[in-house]
Amino acid sequence: MITFKMNGLEVQAEEGWTVFETAKFYGLEIPHLCYNSGLSVYGGCRLCLVEIGEGPKAKLVSSCTYSVEEGLVVHTDTKRVIEARRMMIELMLSTAPYSKKIQDLASKFGVTQLRFKPRNEECVYCGLCVRMCDEQMNARAIGFQNRGYKRKISTPFDIKSEECRLCGGCIYICPACSLRCQGPQADTDVCNACLTLDPSCLEYYDELQCWMYDAGRCGTCVREKNEKDKARP
Amino acid sequence: MRRIKKIKSLKELEAVIEKETELRKSDTRAVLTVSAGTCGQARGSLKVIDSLKTAIKKGNLEDKVKIRVTGCHGFCEAEPNIIIHPHDLFYQKVDPKNGKDIIDQTILKNKVIDSLLFVDPNTGEKAAQESEISFYKKQKRLVLGDNALIDPTDIFDYLSIGGYRSLLKVLETMTPEEVIPAVKKSGLRGRGGAGFPTGTKWEIARKVKGDIKYIICNADEGDPGAYMDRSLLEGNPHRVLEGMIIGAFAIGATEGYVYVRDEYPLAVKNITLAINQARKIGLLGKKILGTKLNFDIHIAKGAGAFVCGEETALIASIEGRVGEPRQRPPFPAIKGLWGKPTTINNVETWGNVPIIIQKGAEWYSQIGTDGSKGTKIFSLVGKINNTGLVEVPMGITLREIIFDIGGGIPGEKAFKAVQTGGPSGGCLPAEMLDLPIDYESLTKAGSIMGSGGMIVMDEKTCMVDVAKYFLNFLRDESCGKCVSCREGTQRMWEIVKNISEGYGKEGDLELLEELAKIVKDASLCGLGQTASNPVLSTLRYFRDEYEAHIKEKRCPAGVCINLIRYVVIPEKCTGCLACKNACPQDAIRGVIRGVHLIEQNKCIKCGACLEACKFEAVETQREEAIRIVEGGTEK
Repeated sequence: MITFKMNGLEVQAEEGWTVFETAKFYGLEIPHLCYNSGLSVYGGCRLCLVEIGEGPKAKLVSSCTYSVEEGLVVHTDTKRVIEARRMMIELMLSTAPYSKKIQDLASKFGVTQLRFKPRNEECVYCGLCVRMCDEQMNARAIGFQNRGYKRKISTPFDIKSEECRLCGGCIYICPACSLRCQGPQADTDVCNACLTLDPSCLEYYDELQCWMYDAGRCGTCVREKNEKDKARP
Repeated sequence: MRRIKKIKSLKELEAVIEKETELRKSDTRAVLTVSAGTCGQARGSLKVIDSLKTAIKKGNLEDKVKIRVTGCHGFCEAEPNIIIHPHDLFYQKVDPKNGKDIIDQTILKNKVIDSLLFVDPNTGEKAAQESEISFYKKQKRLVLGDNALIDPTDIFDYLSIGGYRSLLKVLETMTPEEVIPAVKKSGLRGRGGAGFPTGTKWEIARKVKGDIKYIICNADEGDPGAYMDRSLLEGNPHRVLEGMIIGAFAIGATEGYVYVRDEYPLAVKNITLAINQARKIGLLGKKILGTKLNFDIHIAKGAGAFVCGEETALIASIEGRVGEPRQRPPFPAIKGLWGKPTTINNVETWGNVPIIIQKGAEWYSQIGTDGSKGTKIFSLVGKINNTGLVEVPMGITLREIIFDIGGGIPGEKAFKAVQTGGPSGGCLPAEMLDLPIDYESLTKAGSIMGSGGMIVMDEKTCMVDVAKYFLNFLRDESCGKCVSCREGTQRMWEIVKNISEGYGKEGDLELLEELAKIVKDASLCGLGQTASNPVLSTLRYFRDEYEAHIKEKRCPAGVCINLIRYVVIPEKCTGCLACKNACPQDAIRGVIRGVHLIEQNKCIKCGACLEACKFEAVETQREEAIRIVEGGTEK
């Protein structure tokens, strides 16, 4: 067992656990996008950033890739972490503004403005589909191409892959393209509809895809919707 | 070259070294040392060698004159240059046509050819020998100096200057437990940029348990304008190999890799040749020189990704995976190549090791400052008179490098800034010229030591343009794994590009600063963590220039083409037609002895007219009230 401090609490973790896993075990929520418990860790989305160490040597690391160490000091929600997280959401939102998952994250973490020009790439290069295809479907039909701003996900040579069985695993796991945010049609690129008492997407989804993860946990929107329905003739 | 015979014992090696040294001393032939590194070859040194050979053959002087083809000597401005022994004459910018003269005049008649001597750009004085040239005076060429003495393709040449003597000393008299403290005591720190103490790194690697350990020489030098690692690999590959073998002995490694980028064909060729020769002579392989040491080195060629200089990405690349960094810890010293303990050092770091062993840690630690010991090679490029590689003791000031060694700025222009540490480094202004160069002070000033790039800029350089250039490099070279680096560098580039094109708006600088700080904080590897430096340092020291671009839509240095236009000053124009003839767009109207006019709708702002005008009659003017920016950024 490894003992270390997280947000001032003394916590214990099994050898080989990551900071993220420990936080999850203790019920501490760390936001994430490119992490999936069934896949290998990647550390690309930088949402699960936590601050480790203290004083001037404190630094930000992605908790999903950082293995726990004896005597580690972790803070999951410092000002520094939150500011960085917000910027990551803003950057991802500017590449894939139609992703409901990212719009939800924006609402949840109070990202209310988009200061970069949206590019509508519908991909945030989190690599979930690539890992899904490789690790769960054993197909390796898709992969990354190029680097830097030219990066994209595709099959080798951009032609139909013989390895691809059209299983749809990549689409299933995609946070950007699977669930389109079609509710708002707002004037701005940031939806933030969840922050209002009358989220417009309720009209469009059969099931509630609330960013609270648990439909009706707060009760606000459900009540609103029911009252609206009643009011209708 | 002579046949290589396998050396089987330490005593035999000592005898060979002594024999070669003796042979070198007793050689009475005149020696023409021609520099033919990549830079020298580009300036035609191979043709010079051919012409010299022809002249020697014609005069039947083969037994009197010898040509030694060496790697780069560092003085790029003077390439191709020749050093003539016995007088140690230094000829610069030699043309193939001069070959015959050099043999006839200098070798046969002992006459100095005046036109080939180096002329100091500031004083106009001529210098006949290297030691008289200001470029060399303040340097301390511990690592680079031997480049001028040996033919890199001949292991015997290296042996004849006492090469592999440090290895001999280590194998004969020292245990691994003695080597590591010596390196530690010397204060040597990683020359690749981060400056991690080399001795400590070795100690960690030594202590880790493992049947197989690797060492890697990182020669994936990718900074624009930096080429010291290339020059060392090209000019003195055995020095690097010697360092690596000593390292392997100290750490207990059995295999080594040299990760070199394929864009360095000559470096790849010379290091491959050196490894083969070392293997043949018995310095690599099983039971080296009859001791228990087993060690061999392989070459891994990189495909030219800047990020592969990062150690975890480099390892991934050698393993055949995509060159993407991963989270550290576990550090490569614990879990590196193929999951085994791995020690990675830069070319220059390995090159320093034999010196420390030979001269002693104490001697070495006297050079430099408290925190940074020894010498460092910088590649001094940009707007500077004496372009080249300079090796200086740590703690020397920027002023000494730029003005004493570099000879100042050409064309009587004023110094504006110096960019240190490559694309991840920062720009330091004239106020910082007296900054002593060591790892800590550069970091404090907002730049980094990096691998040693040093780009000098004069007053005609626009700092926004410089930031844009480096950001463009970084957004291209980011591996694209993490959002902060991939998107961050892209967005920073977009903002800076907009500013340089005149679309900048209020709030851009604040956003740029906020983004830059977070990219620095949130990124996974060293590339992302330093990618903001070009922006942050230029914002810190040259904020007024950014503001001029945004508020007044003006480029003070006259570089950003959207914000300037070229006009002819009627009072100064003599009507010589020079600018008209130079213009590729036929945008200049005018007859001889009449004032010219630049047609703005045809002008592509290439600046050819400005360069062509001898009367300073063409100047750049800021563009006024031409563009109306609506509602912020257009792009």
